[in-house]
Amino acid sequence: MTDTELRVSKIRDGTVIDHVPGGTALHVLAVLGIDGSGDEEISLGMNVPSDRLGRKDILKIEDRELSADEVDVLSLIAPRASINIVREYEVSEKSRVSRPDEVIGVLSCPNVSCITTGEEPVDSAFDVLDDGVRCRYCDTIVRDDVASLIEST
Amino acid sequence: MRHDHLIGAKQLSRTDIESVLDRAAEFDADPTAFADTRPDTLLALCFFEPSTRTKMSFDAAIKRLGGSATDMGSVDSSSVTKGESLADTMRVVAGYADGIVLRHPSEGAARLAAEFVDVPVINAGDGAGQHPSQTLLDLYTIRENAGLDDLRIGVMGDLKYGRTVHSLAGALTNFDARMHFISPESLALPRNVRFDLHESGAVVKEHTDLDAVLDELDVLYVTRIQRERFPDESEYRAVAGEYRIDADVLADARDELTVMHPLPRVDEIAPDIDDTDHARYFEQAHNGVPVRMALLDSML
Ligand SMILES: [Zn+2]
Repeated sequence: MTDTELRVSKIRDGTVIDHVPGGTALHVLAVLGIDGSGDEEISLGMNVPSDRLGRKDILKIEDRELSADEVDVLSLIAPRASINIVREYEVSEKSRVSRPDEVIGVLSCPNVSCITTGEEPVDSAFDVLDDGVRCRYCDTIVRDDVASLIEST
Repeated sequence: MRHDHLIGAKQLSRTDIESVLDRAAEFDADPTAFADTRPDTLLALCFFEPSTRTKMSFDAAIKRLGGSATDMGSVDSSSVTKGESLADTMRVVAGYADGIVLRHPSEGAARLAAEFVDVPVINAGDGAGQHPSQTLLDLYTIRENAGLDDLRIGVMGDLKYGRTVHSLAGALTNFDARMHFISPESLALPRNVRFDLHESGAVVKEHTDLDAVLDELDVLYVTRIQRERFPDESEYRAVAGEYRIDADVLADARDELTVMHPLPRVDEIAPDIDDTDHARYFEQAHNGVPVRMALLDSML
């Protein structure tokens, strides 16, 4: 076990999300719909030193595995994240996130005059570019700060 | 052209464009000779923003083809003011008509409308997004005056919010066109248009000053810089004044330069250009009818 991993407690069953860009762990929680009001047990390490990222965040979430949709959006804000599923204190599956082609209904368009921001019966839809996302309705491209587009539910 | 809807210029191939322009030329030669073409076709004109020429030219075009048009009327008098969604309005209108021409202040409106109806939707302007039928008549005008190959075109004015600019830039990537974009920095091309131009491999240059390129242009496409884009009157006046042309400015241009404008203009093209051989903007507006006849004929 490395020094970094010691900083946050071990979990029995759940998910460890590692190699998240430093300072963005709270966005990751937002993607997962976790705001602390439920009873999830969560350990967070923020801005811990990392060879690969300089500073990274690491999240450990008890009794929770991620859905495919959640992994898709996670990939947009943490493209180098790794996801370890833990069962009985052992890592039973390890995976890297991969970027999806599109993200439907998760992000909201930052363009205030985009038709999807009004009262229309459609989900938002973004195509994923190499370095950002693009609204399929109004064509707005967002490169930085994709996390800020996550719809609050 | 075989598309269910016309939403943006990006969907148009060179073949699509050329077939519409060729057909438009037939209509242009004798617009009154085609009244048997679409005798039973009813076109719905849904304009959620004021428009005179675009709406009138679609109206004229469908009537020249022997069809008819039904107009939603002004937004104040429609159910929109009662808070109905665009999706619902479009579903209802699609039950009345064989095709829908839609202008709307929100970007993406036509794309959304197309998802809810099974009649063709033509985007006649969606906010600061696209205006592809204008682009077809622009291309027709360019082809008539300068040709679409080996073209050097300057596009000047409000490039950020100008939907005619966005569509024209997208469509020109189908041709051998060297594109110059001339604007104040605050109104330069939006990121998505620049992205698509770059992806297409188009030859593009951006300038803040017309003088840098005027003498090499075949076509200068001028658009209006609107007062509401600026925080105050004095800043607007200072900037807009830099992107106005008159006969003096054009003294340095090639004799063959074609000057275009989607109209209406305010004062960005001085009246002293109107009587010169450069002025093609009224001819451009005239081309709206035959080109929209061709577009409707290919889609409905
Ligand atoms: Zn949008």
